Amino acid sequence: MGNKQTVFTHEQLEAYQDCTFFTRKEIMRLFYRYQDLAPQLVPLDYTSCPDVKVPYELISSMPELKDNPFRQRIAQVFSEDGDGHMTLDNFLDMFSVMSEMAPRDLKAYYAFKIYDFNNDGYICAWDLEQTVTKLTRGELSAEEVSLVCEKVLDEADGDHDGRLSLEDFQNMILRAPDFLSTFHIRI
Amino acid sequence: MAQPLTFVLSVPETPEDHGPEPSPYDESEVHDSFYQLIQEQSQWVAEEGLELQQREPGPPETPGSGHQTLLGPEDPLVHSTATLRILASMPSRTIGRSRGAIISQYYNRTVRLRRRVSRPELRGVGRSARPSLRLYDLELDPVALEEEEKRFLLVKELQGLPVAQRDHVLRGMPLGLAEKRCLREESRTLTRKRRGRRGRRGLLPCCGRLRDACVLALHSLGLGLLSGLHALMPWRYALKRIGGQFGSSVLSYFLFLKTLLAFNALLLLPLLAFLVGVQAAFPPPASPGAVPAFTGLELLTGAGRFTHTVMYYGYYSNTTLNQPCVPPLDGGQCSREADGLPYNMPLAYLFTVGVAFFITCITLVYSMSHSFGESYRVGSTAGVHAVTVFCSWDHKVTQKRASRVQHDNIRTHLKSPVSTEQEGALLALPTVVCVLNLGAPYLYRCLAALERHDSPVLEVYVAICRNLILKMVILGILCYHWLGRRVGVLKEQCWENFVGQELYRLMVLDFIFVLLDTLFGELVWRLISEKKLKREKPEFDIAGNVLELIYGQTLTWLGVLFSPLLPAIQIIKLLCLFYIKKTSLMANCQAPRRPWLASHMSTVFVSLLCFPSFLGAAVFLCYAVWQVRPSSTCGPFRTLDTMYEAGKVWVRRLEQAGPSVSWVPWIHRYLVENTFPVYLVSALLLAVIYLNIQVVKGQRRVMYLLKEQISNEGEDKIFLINKLHSVYERKERRAGRTQEAEQLAGDLDTW
Repeated sequence: MGNKQTVFTHEQLEAYQDCTFFTRKEIMRLFYRYQDLAPQLVPLDYTSCPDVKVPYELISSMPELKDNPFRQRIAQVFSEDGDGHMTLDNFLDMFSVMSEMAPRDLKAYYAFKIYDFNNDGYICAWDLEQTVTKLTRGELSAEEVSLVCEKVLDEADGDHDGRLSLEDFQNMILRAPDFLSTFHIRI
Repeated sequence: MAQPLTFVLSVPETPEDHGPEPSPYDESEVHDSFYQLIQEQSQWVAEEGLELQQREPGPPETPGSGHQTLLGPEDPLVHSTATLRILASMPSRTIGRSRGAIISQYYNRTVRLRRRVSRPELRGVGRSARPSLRLYDLELDPVALEEEEKRFLLVKELQGLPVAQRDHVLRGMPLGLAEKRCLREESRTLTRKRRGRRGRRGLLPCCGRLRDACVLALHSLGLGLLSGLHALMPWRYALKRIGGQFGSSVLSYFLFLKTLLAFNALLLLPLLAFLVGVQAAFPPPASPGAVPAFTGLELLTGAGRFTHTVMYYGYYSNTTLNQPCVPPLDGGQCSREADGLPYNMPLAYLFTVGVAFFITCITLVYSMSHSFGESYRVGSTAGVHAVTVFCSWDHKVTQKRASRVQHDNIRTHLKSPVSTEQEGALLALPTVVCVLNLGAPYLYRCLAALERHDSPVLEVYVAICRNLILKMVILGILCYHWLGRRVGVLKEQCWENFVGQELYRLMVLDFIFVLLDTLFGELVWRLISEKKLKREKPEFDIAGNVLELIYGQTLTWLGVLFSPLLPAIQIIKLLCLFYIKKTSLMANCQAPRRPWLASHMSTVFVSLLCFPSFLGAAVFLCYAVWQVRPSSTCGPFRTLDTMYEAGKVWVRRLEQAGPSVSWVPWIHRYLVENTFPVYLVSALLLAVIYLNIQVVKGQRRVMYLLKEQISNEGEDKIFLINKLHSVYERKERRAGRTQEAEQLAGDLDTW
């Protein structure tokens, strides 16, 4: 197939292909999705590696993300400065990790970061409360939420320090065969 | 690898470490093993500062919940800055924040890959980004490395790997895309430099380069195939819409349909290549009598014009096609067309059907075991809350209404979760019922006992089982009817053709009934329920539809022996079914309200496909091949007693052919016809299964021990932190008191 695209150099496209789980065609398709979000902002020529960030509001208006209760955390985790504004690299990274070819360990690592709301490297009870509130759209009472959080800590906390470390989280993910199919965004 | 850790305790002087603050090592109250890690991180900490003090005041302290909690080193106390510094240097605090930790972990992993340690060590099981002690090659890494040096080492190791493995490792790293590109660039430039320097020297570098070139070629071929396959899949967008609107469980039905398409294509290819194609190229002499004209009815009945075509068994000749002709005795000449390889049709028919079934069996068993391995875990019965909170949100869902349904589902699930032990025990019973398939009294007694419980998932499984049993009973009766009675009745006619046509009719009518069911069950019901009953749209009945697919596939497998083109018809039927079901789904149905576990469902579907369906078809096939007498007027086995005899005849011919191929008849006589090897193989299989069970038991025990160990380590850590804190508090108090005493003395002096 002749690829007469002028957006990337050949080496850039090869690099993207080797570092993500996407093929050339998919990378081009993703680029055009990214460009559609902010046509005035994103240039059509990336050979000079321009430093362009699409603001978070536009990212969260994507149909794949707009009804996702964790969209803000997802954007923050994958963005460069943790503020949700994403460059093309961040964008590709996000969809590569959320694609169906990413291995379980990689997804578990990023899922842990997403659920760690205060970025302290652990999922503590406060993080759990935030997660449960977002999952149920605030429709559970405060006692029910804290009850659920307590049960989660009881079940998953292996070294009994009152919060979940990355290993506890990965152990728990191993026991959940559905994780690979639910932690997946099709684009 | 049990080397004792021998270290000299000497804490390096960091810029903030001046003054009267003593090092905890003076007290010999801290374990030696923290030295290495503290030294490594102390540089980083000196630059970054105390990370604990930068934390937001968001998360409150967990009150005493029965766990041993930290005595307050979380609060930024002024007194124990040294404790805080040490705590901030702990390896567990570097999770997800330290690139250095990730890089060093991957450096160790690639080092191990390169050295190819043959015996799998327990530490290879570690999956965390936390640089625990075990991952450190302590005797080879005595000097604390900077992050840049570690990065350089990682790049060096990467370029020593073969290209495919390097890409695989690179893709799996949890680093940002820009960093991965840098690492890739650097590893490539280093490779190029090394290659340029080495030049042509001896055989081994050549082999390495050849191997690399082969791997690269295979890799790009694989990528090309993958992208080609993706282009061939025309349903990517359709599946995305379905998944986005209805979730993973409904999507699993359509994915199952796609899998069945693949199975049928796999079945059709050898049949097309070895049977249909060859027979169509060498058609048998035309049958006496006029060929009936084509009326439209043939498409429904399969008879009429279609009877004497490649579609059915009766058309196939029982001679060797394309045989090199023996010149007749009266000195005539051979016709020139008979050139080339002879093709024994009866043998080809038997072997092709057998090999096609065998390949299908292997593929089914492999996909079933793979799916089983993905969806069932040892010890997976506990932790339903954690799994619900972290793994139940389906990120594929993109429609507002469907995500609302998900929110409701999760809320209901969290409010009243079904305990998984109960679920597991209840699931075992329907499975046993399916397998045994005994008489109605047992079944009804069990179901009556079950129906006292009120679990929606169980309801569904029971419904599946009842349906399945009904369909299998129907098919069983049909098979008996065909092979038992019809053979006797249709003695002089071509009964195989008749069976083939019956199966064709069954398939076509099944398709028509599915269409009608979709029309009435979904469209009309939606109209009725919306206008008259004022209820919501009906749900998509996943179980019923999947059983329909399995039933259709069973019919195909049953009929393949008598009608080699049946898989093609099944493929057409599946293609039409996909679009019809998708249209009906979008227009008439809503997302299911019950919590379905998509991966469990796929496993159950494939297992149902394998066990009653394929096994039953295989049993039917074996009986037809071994025991039933083929009709004497048509087909490739018309002169033989059983279809299997074609193989026997061939073996006998081989015996006479000469000593060069005598091993085939030997194998046939001593391994296939003899019953002893069968017993031996069964005994071996049983032994392997038993060994596997024991291995799993052992692994479960090891898991339990490891869990205990983790718990103990956690307690050790908390104990040590508390001790550290108390030591520093004591020191601060003493320092404070001496300061006060000095101040007092100074005051006295000035006085």
